[in-house]
Amino acid sequence: MHGLVAVDLHVIWQQVFHPNNVFLRTLWATVYISVVSQAAGVVLGLLAALARMSRFAPLRWISGVYVWIFRGTPLLVQIFYVYFAFSWPTLNFGFWTVPDAAIAGIVALSINEGAYMREIIRAGIDSVDRGQMEAAKSIGMTYGKAMRRIILPQAARVIVPPLGNEFNNMMKNTSLVYTIGVFEMFAYAEQNYSQFFIADYFLAIAVWYLILTTVWTFIQAWIERRLSESERGDELSFRERLELSWNPMAAWGRGGLNR
Amino acid sequence: MTDVVMHAEEVHKSFGRLEVLKGVSLEVTKGETVCIIGPSGSGKTTFIRCINHLEKIDSGRIEVNGHLIGYRQKNGKLVEDSERNIARQRTEIGMVFQRFNLFPHKTALENVIEAPVHVLGTPKEQAVGLGKALLGRVGLADKVDTYPGKLSGGQQQRVAIARALAMGPALMLFDEPTSALDPEVIGEVLSVMEELAAAGTTMIVVTHEMGFARKAANRVVMMDDGLLIEEGTPEHFFEAPTHERTKQFLSKIL
Repeated sequence: MHGLVAVDLHVIWQQVFHPNNVFLRTLWATVYISVVSQAAGVVLGLLAALARMSRFAPLRWISGVYVWIFRGTPLLVQIFYVYFAFSWPTLNFGFWTVPDAAIAGIVALSINEGAYMREIIRAGIDSVDRGQMEAAKSIGMTYGKAMRRIILPQAARVIVPPLGNEFNNMMKNTSLVYTIGVFEMFAYAEQNYSQFFIADYFLAIAVWYLILTTVWTFIQAWIERRLSESERGDELSFRERLELSWNPMAAWGRGGLNR
Repeated sequence: MTDVVMHAEEVHKSFGRLEVLKGVSLEVTKGETVCIIGPSGSGKTTFIRCINHLEKIDSGRIEVNGHLIGYRQKNGKLVEDSERNIARQRTEIGMVFQRFNLFPHKTALENVIEAPVHVLGTPKEQAVGLGKALLGRVGLADKVDTYPGKLSGGQQQRVAIARALAMGPALMLFDEPTSALDPEVIGEVLSVMEELAAAGTTMIVVTHEMGFARKAANRVVMMDDGLLIEEGTPEHFFEAPTHERTKQFLSKIL
């Protein structure tokens, strides 16, 4: 039925430009599982990083063991263990139901991600000059307030680029939860393949993964630009240059072109 | 008694086996400017950092405005105070660092109003008014919205002085405020400090700027090897120092 180069354009066209409701639901599952897992992973990573820097030795040990175990064992093994070793509830928000397997998947992905995020967050905090904490304390801040208002906002600049990589990986890694029966994008493609034996379903979801990661790339670039605001000087932003290119008069409002 | 702002008594401090402060006592009264001079490694910086508890002292006591700093009395013994109390005590003490330590992600004005708004709970509009006035006082009214990265060292240090003043501290500490500056901008920082001293701000200044000490200080103290070895008016110091170590030190740097 197919030649050597077996690309069924019809299937791809359908899946990418005319996705049906069943597919859209699996796309949504992929999106929410990755977003929630990444967010929880960042929180866990932050807690573990703070524990790692604690004066209280047992907290440092717990943090160390956590990273040792979850970075040292396969994610797939963790997902299976979390799903089968505990019983998970199905959450029903009325218009939106999160099955137990999805919850187990989110828990496993979050814990695994937290172990990687700990190192990233710690490196970010370490990159902030020690004088910043001293200055914050000198103006009467407690450790917690100094972290929140002074240290972490500066650490964010170092944290966001590798965090972006992590999230990129996360979106692709969600496909692993298909193995415990979560009906997400990969499960959809797999199911259709085993029914129709058309491999192009995989190609179609690859396009969708690519769309997701590309959208994220733009969001990440936007965040990084916002964070480096204080480093930018008077040079024009990309958008301002764009505006100038079709409306040179706009420069007058900013005090001329030769600023 | 009431006009003693800072009282230090027999302060000892060691880093590991190295004893940096070997019993330092000093009293500073309201409106006084005291300059601490001495060779590097004499403990000047450590001492001034002990005053706002950035360094923990091993023994002795330090009081600012009548409050014991960093410790509280418990059953006749001194135990370290809670983080919250230490933070509150620090709001009475302004600190200016050698390397400015401005918050780089905040504008000059945001640096200055950070403590009033987020520590003291001053309403934002009121803090902005105060912040602009303080930046005007240090001659930077036109740099309100500039980030530290776009300011010269001298300008950054003046913002740092305004930031420390913003809490209305009873005592200002300066830890070698001009040592990290290019020679041509040292003057602008010193003149701000001279203006503060003349306005009656209580200040302790660790410095190598003998011109400033001579002009602005009410008292100069000389530290050497973890001890205060000589103390007196600037005239006494620069015309007739008595201690052999002081003579040596001054002859080298003047």
